[in-house]
Amino acid sequence: MGRVTAAAPLEIEKTESAEETFAVPEPDLPWVTIVHNDPVNLMSYVTYVFQSYFGYSKDKATKLMLDVHHKGRAVVSSGSREEMERDVQAMHGYGLWATLQQDRK
Amino acid sequence: MPGHFQPLPGGGATVALDEVEISIIRSLAVQLLELIGPGPAEDEAADPLAELFAEGPSEPPSDPVLKRLFPDAYSDPEGEPSSAAEAEAEERRAYSSEFRRFTENDLRAGKRDNALAVVRTLDRLKAVRGSAVLELTPEESRQWLTALNDLRLAIGARLEIADEEDADLLYHLSDEDPRKPMVMAYLWLGGLQETLVNTLLP
Repeated sequence: MGRVTAAAPLEIEKTESAEETFAVPEPDLPWVTIVHNDPVNLMSYVTYVFQSYFGYSKDKATKLMLDVHHKGRAVVSSGSREEMERDVQAMHGYGLWATLQQDRK
Repeated sequence: MPGHFQPLPGGGATVALDEVEISIIRSLAVQLLELIGPGPAEDEAADPLAELFAEGPSEPPSDPVLKRLFPDAYSDPEGEPSSAAEAEAEERRAYSSEFRRFTENDLRAGKRDNALAVVRTLDRLKAVRGSAVLELTPEESRQWLTALNDLRLAIGARLEIADEEDADLLYHLSDEDPRKPMVMAYLWLGGLQETLVNTLLP
């Protein structure tokens, strides 16, 4: 499910100036997977999902779960857009409410 | 203890269920299966490749339960609506719709498999004097765990539990409230899920 996100010009013959050809693309900002708070999901289950899917330690998984619970959301992973889509799909499989976005902060 | 999963030595989990409990869980799982719907290949049995190439929907489901089970991947629940954000929101909708086309069929298939595992494991039970002991392998435990979560999400969406306050109110319903039986099932499934997850945590 790859997407072309690179700014590299594909149609070189249409390039009008050397400056455009060598224009520096936007730095590749990482993408993040965010899990949102949900009154239905059990705290123990959310912790279990973070441990078993991401392989996080019990402490790290518990801290992320508490962030979701108290702050309403937590960044649970970061990486390429493709990797984050995979993580979001997995979270939806578990029934967690997850979204991805580019990390602008 | 009734309604509580216990770990099995060597992995897996076990719980004692009576006939009423078995029939409630089974019926909820079947309702979930009906809501999730058949896979694309089941409609086009003639072409086994159809499922491989079938694209999922691009629009979010209208049913609140399905909307919760298959949320928009690129939405921003905390985003403030403003005219400046309109173009960005439009872009998010387009990305969400593309994500949906490529993932929703697989997600539906996974949830269907888990709900089917619940139905199949219940159907192999033989009740003696109105109750039976369910024994799950580790793999079946994981399927049950996610299916129980999906069932609770489904009931939660039907009961319109949107925040913690809504959830707290459920504990204080009068006995005459029409939502009461559904709430009892919801809380009971929560206990089952909580004790099942405890058998799986290292």
